[in-house]
Amino acid sequence: MSEKAKKKVEGITMESTQAMIDAAMEIYPDKAKKKRAPHLAPNAGEGACVKSNRKTVPGIMSARGCAYAGAKGVVWGPIRDMVHVSHGPVGCGWYSWGTRRNLVTGVNGVSQFAMQFTSDFQEKDIVYGGDKKLRTLLEEAHELFPLAKGISVLSECPVGLIGDDINSVAKTASKDLDIPVIPCNCEGFRGVSQSLGHHISNDTIRDHIIGTREFREPESPYDIALIGDYNIGGDVWSVKPLLEEIGLNVKAVWTGDGELEKIAATHTVKLNLIHCYRSMNYMCRVMEEKYGIPWVEFNFFGPTKIRESLRKIAEYFDDYIKERVEAVIAKYDPIMQAVIDEYRPRLEGKTVMLYVGGLRPRHTVNAYADLGMTVVGSGYEFAHGDDYERTSPEMPEATVIYDDASEHELEQFVHELRPDLIGSGIKEKYLFQKMGIPFRQMHSWDYSGPYHAYNGFPIFARDIDMAVNSPTWKLVNAPF
Amino acid sequence: MRQIAIYGKGGIGKSTTTQNTVAGLASIGKKVMIVGCDPKADSTRLILHAKAQDTVMDLVRDLGTVEDLEIEDVMKVGFGDVKCVESGGPEPGVGCAGRGVITAINFLEENGAYTPDLDFVFYDVLGDVVCGGFAMPIREGKAEEIYIVCSGEMMAMYAANNIAKGILKYASSGKVRLGGLICNSRKTDKEYELIEALAKKLGTQMIHFVPRDNQVQRAELRRMTVIEYSPEHPQANEYRTLAQKIAENKMLVVPTPLEMEELEDLLMEYGIMEAEDESIVGVAEAAAV
Repeated sequence: MSEKAKKKVEGITMESTQAMIDAAMEIYPDKAKKKRAPHLAPNAGEGACVKSNRKTVPGIMSARGCAYAGAKGVVWGPIRDMVHVSHGPVGCGWYSWGTRRNLVTGVNGVSQFAMQFTSDFQEKDIVYGGDKKLRTLLEEAHELFPLAKGISVLSECPVGLIGDDINSVAKTASKDLDIPVIPCNCEGFRGVSQSLGHHISNDTIRDHIIGTREFREPESPYDIALIGDYNIGGDVWSVKPLLEEIGLNVKAVWTGDGELEKIAATHTVKLNLIHCYRSMNYMCRVMEEKYGIPWVEFNFFGPTKIRESLRKIAEYFDDYIKERVEAVIAKYDPIMQAVIDEYRPRLEGKTVMLYVGGLRPRHTVNAYADLGMTVVGSGYEFAHGDDYERTSPEMPEATVIYDDASEHELEQFVHELRPDLIGSGIKEKYLFQKMGIPFRQMHSWDYSGPYHAYNGFPIFARDIDMAVNSPTWKLVNAPF
Repeated sequence: MRQIAIYGKGGIGKSTTTQNTVAGLASIGKKVMIVGCDPKADSTRLILHAKAQDTVMDLVRDLGTVEDLEIEDVMKVGFGDVKCVESGGPEPGVGCAGRGVITAINFLEENGAYTPDLDFVFYDVLGDVVCGGFAMPIREGKAEEIYIVCSGEMMAMYAANNIAKGILKYASSGKVRLGGLICNSRKTDKEYELIEALAKKLGTQMIHFVPRDNQVQRAELRRMTVIEYSPEHPQANEYRTLAQKIAENKMLVVPTPLEMEELEDLLMEYGIMEAEDESIVGVAEAAAV
């Protein structure tokens, strides 16, 4: 058992957590109980203690998305200088438009295209196929927005069901229009969650994008790419300056506020820094195998992890960078300490439960610890075994870990653990607020952010304090 | 109003049989509508004397949406006041023909094509029920009566048995029943007895044995049914008899499809298939010395 996993929480033991899990599952029919049991466990401190990436048990009210959501919302959507086409009926595109707070710079319609493009399938397109319509759409999009650097075609379910050949349409259109047109076969019915959509999108970047452009500036030994930061609430705008401050050239960002041509030229960087491992590890591996680019995971939540990560990154470079890193840490430490001094007294000893997506259920654990808080339960919507392996050492011993948790399970755990704060998504928000428990929507930073890096931590600390210590919750008398 | 669906192996003569039977029903004063459920749209040409009529889906494609379509645009009236509609659909290899059938039938329902004066509605369905769309005509509230066109050829009988399996599935959840097998003769050996035996095993009847006659082809060349082209010809009488039998048919059953072995036994019994010799299975000619 690693050193960190020896963190303990008073009153929480392997037995007490298992008893809580068993009690929560009591209401389930035998079949559901059998299926859910391996997905819930007390933290054993090492390895993946729960089963994951399995089909959701019907009827349990999952918070998962679909492959299309993973492609449109996570990987492709944030690339700002492309037109992203939701290919199929209008709803998927419409309801995924602008919902993730992946902020962008630029002028709409000129240098960024955060608009809703859809082929708006009708009956006739299902019956006769939508390939011709797609071709027309691609031509029109290019004519209307000639400055768009490329077009992604993101398949919705019907496209896969009727067997439209978007790959061939994209290929000829790409040639005729002389811009990259990327077909992404991310039909929502594929896979068990949005996770497969990330993987499919990574594969399309591999097949159609990477290595097709070169950077204009000459190469330098400090060229890096920032991978798996989607600029939620402006996170990239906090991370990029910090990386530049330690002397690195951030040549490309995947994909928050991203630019297609820079992503396409990433094969020439010296190191890939990956924040969201779940959604982008595939391309890091591809670039490692194909171009020999090493990659390193890092965590920019809270001063402790930022410090640790900066030093870890510095190991890949020369003394120049190592010195800069130490100087930067020395510069920010007192600033961060001031933040901690202000908020920690009001947050000390408070507990948190998390249920989010890609990396936050483990990456933010220590940011709460920096503020004197303890995470007493954590879990992911769509993680795999390697995510849980990375989670165990971060979480205190014996705390509950949940995979693809249901509303019912979360509610039961919350009743039992009575945390002072819950960080999860919009589907959970109102349930817990009605229970009179402070809540932060931790997919989108709840209309706030950035939370990454040194600029993000003071905002994070302020938001957590605001939520936990708001007098509102003392005025709410939940009848249950 | 009785709604009847005609299924059977591709190329067995479903469309010809359906139209001649419908013409027979019309000639005894019945009001009939034919709904063609095949993207090839050839289910009504003998009634309309037309190569191809405007199909529902073709017009939907031209106009943009189903909502823009009027019933008059797609319903034509032909021989014997038979109303004719074709669902239409894509050429092979693109889109979803099954959805075309669903869209077309929904359109007909929503726009009042099923008028109370109709005695019969016939659905002429594509040979292979490859997806849910082609089962649309036998879903809840549509055809409750199915006739399978077959012949004494082995593959036609396999197909008939498979269709019976499909009917069994829908029969258990709805009101659809098998009305009988129509043998469209190919002059194979012991064809009459064989289809009668198959029908018996399926728990149904061979409702009629339609003999093979080149008069059907002569009429088809003129885009006509035999009943219209040569009403006095004996073949016209056969179709009139079939029409009469269907009109009077009360034997509607949940079929009892055969297991593959049973079907093969039946074929062997009538000498259509030879007894299986397991020692030759999977052995190439060169290796079999």
